[in-house]
Amino acid sequence: MSVMVRNNVRVTGRPDGRPMVFAHGFGCDQNMWRLVAPAFEDDYRVVLFDYVGSGDSDLSAYSPERYSSLQGYAQDVLDVCAELGLTDAVFVGHSVSAMIGALAAIREPARFGALVMVGPSPRYIDDEGYVGGFSAADIEELLESLDSNYLGWSGAMAPVIMGNPDRPELGAELTNSFCRTDPEIARRFATVTFMSDNRADLSRVPVRCLILQCAQDVIAPVEVGRFVHESIPGSELVLMRATGHCPNLSAPGETIAAIKAFV
Amino acid sequence: MSGVEDDFEELYEHAPCGYLSTLPDGTIIRVNRTLLELTGYDPGELTGGMRIQGLLAVGDRIFYETHFSPLLAMQSVVREIAVDMRRADGTRLPVLLNAVMRDDPGVIRFCVFAATDRREYERELLRARQRAERSEAEARELARTLQRSFIPPALPEIPGLQVAGAFRPAGRGDLVGGDFYDMYETAGGWALALGDVCGKGVDAAVVTSLARYTLRAAPIREPSPSAVLSALNRTLLRERAGRFVTAVYGQLAPVGHRFRLTLSLAGHPYPLWASGDAVGEIGRPGNVLGLLPRVRLSDVDVDLAPGDAVLFYTDGVVEGRRDKEMYGEERLRCLLGASRAMGAAGIAEAIVNEAVAFQSGLPRDDIAVMVLKIPS
Repeated sequence: MSVMVRNNVRVTGRPDGRPMVFAHGFGCDQNMWRLVAPAFEDDYRVVLFDYVGSGDSDLSAYSPERYSSLQGYAQDVLDVCAELGLTDAVFVGHSVSAMIGALAAIREPARFGALVMVGPSPRYIDDEGYVGGFSAADIEELLESLDSNYLGWSGAMAPVIMGNPDRPELGAELTNSFCRTDPEIARRFATVTFMSDNRADLSRVPVRCLILQCAQDVIAPVEVGRFVHESIPGSELVLMRATGHCPNLSAPGETIAAIKAFV
Repeated sequence: MSGVEDDFEELYEHAPCGYLSTLPDGTIIRVNRTLLELTGYDPGELTGGMRIQGLLAVGDRIFYETHFSPLLAMQSVVREIAVDMRRADGTRLPVLLNAVMRDDPGVIRFCVFAATDRREYERELLRARQRAERSEAEARELARTLQRSFIPPALPEIPGLQVAGAFRPAGRGDLVGGDFYDMYETAGGWALALGDVCGKGVDAAVVTSLARYTLRAAPIREPSPSAVLSALNRTLLRERAGRFVTAVYGQLAPVGHRFRLTLSLAGHPYPLWASGDAVGEIGRPGNVLGLLPRVRLSDVDVDLAPGDAVLFYTDGVVEGRRDKEMYGEERLRCLLGASRAMGAAGIAEAIVNEAVAFQSGLPRDDIAVMVLKIPS
């Protein structure tokens, strides 16, 4: 199984341009970048992919052991970089992917020239002297919420959809056709994401770093954005007018402008 | 027509579901009476700058931001999302949300259906499903543990002879099967056994276990391989095992740099012997065990020289199918011939890998092999 198929890698833009890799967070797939990525295709070699277990990745490549920590997801990023021979890439990571990008850059600094973190959080659960925004009980509640919302995934339909990737109309009849994933994998990804603690890694990020912080983001509150900014030496923090956790969808123009100003 | 149903204000305010409209960022701008009644808030309490995220339980808030919002942004409509709303008195109201996003003007409209009973029922179903999944995992683990007991954790170290065994369960290994093998030291050398109990599941496992310990105990009284297999036949009939067994049993004795293998077959595929450039069958056919009170079995001697390899296997190897084509003994002979220069473990691995790959990775039957190899 090639990495290109395994991670549903899509490469567009200028073949000789500087690489720009967009990575989705927990909850969806590379569709999250559909309003942002095209704006960079004139100047950059744009790379989109799905983590194993998300989107149209090869679910059979998922292993609970490999993906039991964010390092497993960072390995997906490094595998994609190696497959495409990327160096000096701009890595744009949304949500948990901001930390995944940081881990990947720490492991193989030569691959990356800059890191754009959209709504990052190094730890979601409150700790002594640290406000992450959530308690352990909140995360337990999220897992229950995931259990109640299989989002168009049913045992009967899944094989039909997975077995016919060339016939999307089979999936289109489902109520919520985007961001569909195996609920068991989603649950594990949620646990890995929200139980992670990467505060100690921040000071080791070896590349230029931009932090995009939204207003009223319940997932990654502004205090967390400031914490990330203060912990990564030389990083830039941009407080966006956009609200919520997904400026890549709700405010693509502002997101594009902030990334362009940085790179 | 009754005039009351022409009154849109009335239709909106007292609709049979809650209505709630927000700005794209979730700020609540309008709610109907039904929603206020469902949630217990006063008029104006929700529309004073509060966001819908604030109405949700914290776990659901994360779900809203990571799933609901992206979905709505991408497809403009989201249906049947199950969340809990927080009522004014702090209690929770399980609801189902449908939403549409209108770009012009930028607004999200929600339908809020109270779903207390349905959600409780769904939670019960979910709990039942989780219990079923746990039981299934336990059963699978039990099957694997039981299966592991049918093959020794390690084979004996024999000076001047390499031995290796390999086993692959059928399918995903959910069902305990009947293949087994064993090798152990005896008074005059070593003994080896490999067999296949007909069928699968717990009943077959009981017989497999019976066969394995009978074959371990029998050599104390029985002098020859055929006598050991006859003893197993008597035991199977006496215990009314109700399943037949095919097996090969062999004794190995060192003779200088060579080994003498004495073996007996009971309804089992012939072992293959690779010597020089030739690969041939060894043994004489005998009756399957567990069916007839008297079985015809015979012993055959083979002298193994340096460089020789002997392969014992169960029918799962040769009867594996790709579409209608069977793997077959001819392919197995060729593979043994081609891999005879390898060590015993290498040969065993090559055979199991090819047999599994032939069936696209999901073998239909258990596969067990044992390999003896005298290094050159």
